[in-house]
Amino acid sequence: MSGMQVQEKKTVTLGSLWRDKKSRGVIMQIIAVIGILLFLGNIVSNTVENLDRLGVKVGFDFLTSPANYDINQTLIEYDSSDSHFRAGLVGLLNTLLVAGCGIIVATFLGFTAGVLRLSNNFVLSRLMQVYVEITRNVPVLLQILLWHGIIIHSLPVPKRAEAIMDMFFATNRGVYLPQPIPQDGFGWVWIALLVAIVFAVLFKRHANKVQEQTGKLIPAIWIGAAAIVGLPVITFLLAGAPIEMSYPVLKGFNFKGGFVIKPEFMALWFALSLYTGAFIAEIVRAGIQSVSHGQTEAAHALGIRPNFTMRLVVIPQALRVIIPPLISQYLNLTKNSSLAIAIGYMDLVATIGGISLNQTGRALESMAIVLGVYLFISLFISALMNIYYKRIALVSR
Amino acid sequence: MSTEINNYEPGMHPSLPPPPNSVGPVRWMRDNLFSSASNTFLTLLGLYLVYLILPPFIQWAFIDSVVLGAESRKECLAMMGDDRGACWSFVYRRWGQFVYGFYPIEERWRVNVAFILTAMTIAVVLVEKLRANNKILITAVLFPVASYFLVVGGSFGLVDVPTNKMGGILLTLIIGLSGIFVSLPISIMLALSRISKLPIFSILATIFIEFIRGVPLITLLFIASTLLSYFLPPGSNFDLLLRVLIMVTLFSAAYIAEVIRGGLAAIPTGQYEAADALGLSYWQSMRLIILPQALKISIPGIVGSFIGLFKDTTLVVIIGLLDPLGIGMAAISTTAWAGLSTELYVFIGLFFFIFCFGMSRYSLHLEKKLNTGHNN
Repeated sequence: MSGMQVQEKKTVTLGSLWRDKKSRGVIMQIIAVIGILLFLGNIVSNTVENLDRLGVKVGFDFLTSPANYDINQTLIEYDSSDSHFRAGLVGLLNTLLVAGCGIIVATFLGFTAGVLRLSNNFVLSRLMQVYVEITRNVPVLLQILLWHGIIIHSLPVPKRAEAIMDMFFATNRGVYLPQPIPQDGFGWVWIALLVAIVFAVLFKRHANKVQEQTGKLIPAIWIGAAAIVGLPVITFLLAGAPIEMSYPVLKGFNFKGGFVIKPEFMALWFALSLYTGAFIAEIVRAGIQSVSHGQTEAAHALGIRPNFTMRLVVIPQALRVIIPPLISQYLNLTKNSSLAIAIGYMDLVATIGGISLNQTGRALESMAIVLGVYLFISLFISALMNIYYKRIALVSR
Repeated sequence: MSTEINNYEPGMHPSLPPPPNSVGPVRWMRDNLFSSASNTFLTLLGLYLVYLILPPFIQWAFIDSVVLGAESRKECLAMMGDDRGACWSFVYRRWGQFVYGFYPIEERWRVNVAFILTAMTIAVVLVEKLRANNKILITAVLFPVASYFLVVGGSFGLVDVPTNKMGGILLTLIIGLSGIFVSLPISIMLALSRISKLPIFSILATIFIEFIRGVPLITLLFIASTLLSYFLPPGSNFDLLLRVLIMVTLFSAAYIAEVIRGGLAAIPTGQYEAADALGLSYWQSMRLIILPQALKISIPGIVGSFIGLFKDTTLVVIIGLLDPLGIGMAAISTTAWAGLSTELYVFIGLFFFIFCFGMSRYSLHLEKKLNTGHNN
């Protein structure tokens, strides 16, 4: 009893607080918070003072004023009298477009190259190694510029472009393709597609249930695929092919009509796909190599056929290793698409963070928007990945 | 048949050579190139691809090309005649700019000395025998400091050279090397804070790392070139190169911190507990027990980040610094050399390839050497 009394009466000095691990932690954290707050406060006061001195107002009202500049590739309707906000939206869509297309091609390239690097075909595995090493070790900005240069310099001007099958034209102003324009009644095709997808999903579930109960295999994937392709096609024909093609036609110095893929987009798309594909190839290779050979042998011993062994035993285990770095490569590709500014592809950085910023002088607000959008994309995908990660972590031990 | 068996004398016989088609190149080719119809097809496709790309490239880059002599692209074309080869003359003519940027010609010896000193430092860091000697190690660490004074000047009787004169390979090495060396200690601190049990440190480090990793480097460089002046006390205006260096360092520190965090996570808790049981303080246990193991595992990842940083130095061309790419772009925008973009990109690409490929090979070598057998 008296002993405790003595302990309570023990005087607390700064030195004793510092020697105690817990209280020292608290003190250090308080110091850190104060330090950070002072630092941020200093930055804010400097910024306010600087802005006052320059007579610049802060606010996002500039977003509603007309942008007064053209964008050469727009996914939504846009002209120079539209607002800066809409210009930024066009830029964001362009970023997402090139990122999406790049991710698809890079995944395909990466998986192909990664698997081929492990093949025992000497020529192919060496070829893939050369591809991976060259693209991985050269700056992506250089590759974007190189592809842009190749497309601009090696393709002919529109006047000299030769038609491929009478409707495709590859020129240095872009590749022109015929564009299908849906007419009245095309909506039915979309509805048919939706119905087919719902059917395929339900049928696959049913097939799984049948297999679990009876062991019978129903080729549900093939039937589903046939439905997804077939049903819309039949509807399309029944509705009397409600589509009209717009063919590119040379008028003056350029083509009119049709659908055009701009050289800037192509250069960015090729370069990003090839660059990221090389990284994905290494990830896939490491993933497949991480599955021990005993797994394959055990599957063979159980009498599982080679192609099922790959699909049901090796790939699911390899994917657990492949997917986290794969997602971070996708994010890298999205962030690298900001290098578009070097060749004049109008993405988010080039619109809001480039021309809008220079025209309005609202550097703080524009950069805040650009940073905010990229952060949102990154954190959103990271959050999705964490959810996925927890799910596969439950499956494992 | 039976007579053969009868003629076969019992006893030891020298072993017969294997059948000729089961060893040597024939067997190898059958196993590796033509094992099945699809494999044969792929082999032929691969060889055709090589045939399609390699001979024309060699023809263009070496056989039909012009290296010396020409003063402009026109002269290049005249010397080539009907062939359409590469015109490397502009690289030769502007070699000085590619290496030193606009560094004053009479002061270039300083850069050369700095290059040699830096090379010696790198050699000491890389070669184990030299690194083991403390005196040599300390001298080697002083070399980069000496290089700094040599290149920047303004003291010891050397002429001051403004940073906007620095360009080319010199600039790439300045950004790459100082980014690498400064970001390493910062990234260790960041990784330790992020896994710290003290919540404030962990939260602050997490926010910082996730922010930096979530945005493209080019936006950070834009901030360095346009916005940073808003955040500083009015009237203060410091060097663009220094601002870029700060941003590049923070950027690579965030990435390396995540690599090191992975290394720290791979250390079994027993190691932390053993350090505690020995009565070591936090810093002692980190310095003597945890970090040496964690850094060892992280080395391949760290080298990977360095390669990334080195490649990313090309982005400074977008905010107007003249790295080799910027020098080259300035060269091909003159009337004399206009239209040589492919040559330029191939040349700069080769430069980066040599450095980055070398680093990745070294990392592989290190990984093998440091693999001491036990997995942790």
